Amino acid sequence: MWADVGIAAVKSIAVLLMVLNMSVVLLWVERKGSALIQDRIGANRANIFGGILPFNLGIVNTLIADPIKMFTKEDVIPAGADKLLHFFGPFLAVFPVLVTFAAVPFGDVLVIGGRTIELQVAALDVGILYVLAMSSLAVYGIVLGGWASNSRWALLGAIRGSAQMISYEIAMGLSLIGVIMTFGTLDLQAIARAQGAHLWGIIPAWGILYQPLGFVIFMIAGVAESKRVPFDLPEGESELTSGYFTEYSGSKQAAFMLSDFAEIVVVSGLATTLFFGAWQVPFLARDGWHLPGGVTLGMPQLVVAVLQIASFTLKVFALCCLQILVRWTLPRYRYDQLMDLGWKRLLPLALANVVVTGIVIVLVG
Amino acid sequence: MGPVTFAVLATLLVASALTVVLHPNPVKSAMALVGTLFLLAVVFVFLGAHMIAALQVIVYAGAIMVLFLFVIMLLNLQAEALDLDARRGGGAGLRVAAWLGGAVLAAELAWLFLHVTLPPVAAAPLGYGGAVAVARSLFTDSALPFELTSILLLVAVIGAVVLGQRRTS
Repeated sequence: MWADVGIAAVKSIAVLLMVLNMSVVLLWVERKGSALIQDRIGANRANIFGGILPFNLGIVNTLIADPIKMFTKEDVIPAGADKLLHFFGPFLAVFPVLVTFAAVPFGDVLVIGGRTIELQVAALDVGILYVLAMSSLAVYGIVLGGWASNSRWALLGAIRGSAQMISYEIAMGLSLIGVIMTFGTLDLQAIARAQGAHLWGIIPAWGILYQPLGFVIFMIAGVAESKRVPFDLPEGESELTSGYFTEYSGSKQAAFMLSDFAEIVVVSGLATTLFFGAWQVPFLARDGWHLPGGVTLGMPQLVVAVLQIASFTLKVFALCCLQILVRWTLPRYRYDQLMDLGWKRLLPLALANVVVTGIVIVLVG
Repeated sequence: MGPVTFAVLATLLVASALTVVLHPNPVKSAMALVGTLFLLAVVFVFLGAHMIAALQVIVYAGAIMVLFLFVIMLLNLQAEALDLDARRGGGAGLRVAAWLGGAVLAAELAWLFLHVTLPPVAAAPLGYGGAVAVARSLFTDSALPFELTSILLLVAVIGAVVLGQRRTS
């Protein structure tokens, strides 16, 4: 019994650390990537020992310096703010995002000493619904943070944010219906396993082959959920200073930033699980490689598990980079364009996707 | 669900539900309602009804309550605007009647708890609250009510669109 508790604890901490680490790495990728796109050098001034060392430690320095800077800044609570809700806002923003990953499988199984460990924190039979439920709670941090700050800018940001997140949640949920219909389950691990098959023996049967439109809608809605350019109206720094977290500073502002970056990781993790074969490596089964043409290569289970986890991480990171690329490529939408896209384009498209998927499933059988 | 788990959850639930009614600040009241709905979902999880728990959070805590908060924030309701004195007033006679009614209800509840024993219930089959079981009962036994509800919702949506339309004349 204690072994089970220990395993569960290790898995939870591993997943949590994975999301947190990736968020911080993304912070650096965002800094340097944006510099690359805009032909600048980017963050290069974090240097230990005042530049005595002949080389700049680059990424390591930035990763350490950014959090230290944020957590040592003064924490200002504005006059007239609702202290309790102002305090809870950042927590309510971060918590739902961090727990979402519990339902996402990051590998198949790991066999150690006769014990088979599922590489997933919470094996839920309603995994997709759990993810949607948690992401629908993420809006409270924004609403409360903005309202409790007693500031016009923050309130405007909060109202924009809640309207935007509710609108795009609908498109996001509907884009997932197609995936659910295709695989016939709500269990994320079952969906991941179903993508291990190969069409005609050579093409990995990943979700994106069945649901290309679903993926596009999901990704757009996902970027909108993470409130980044081109959907950053809740923040809109050229209009609203910093939107809903205008009145936050120090570690609380860091919490809001972290929730945004963690949201990127979560959206990428979900997209990977549903559309890009989750942890599957093409032709790699639990006992080794099964290449087309009947060639099989045995592999130790541990190596297979490590390869699968690496595959999942790599895919998630690639999708994260795609989102950062989008963020630095496109300008911000106007508010009416944002609502038009959500309600008049994505929603009908997602509905059509559901109908077409249904017809195809009935015809193909 | 063990008795300890139930006791903890029930205490939190009742405390949170009381906060909804008693707190003078409308935003905090609404947040307490979110907490109540979330805790209710936790109760569903412990009862094995995962599907219902997820829907509870998605629909009530995640969507409807956000709209509640949205309206409260847009109207900028303050605690004073609710006129607490009016709620507390109403004359001595009314207050006595309210207390008496409350006491009778509490006595009845206590009597029920002490004297009525529920017949033993057969254990629910495995996975009775999962997606498959809920969907099966929804689309076989309750197919007609389900469709009727969807028509009702459609009427409500059309009504909302008509009412929300901008008058052009």
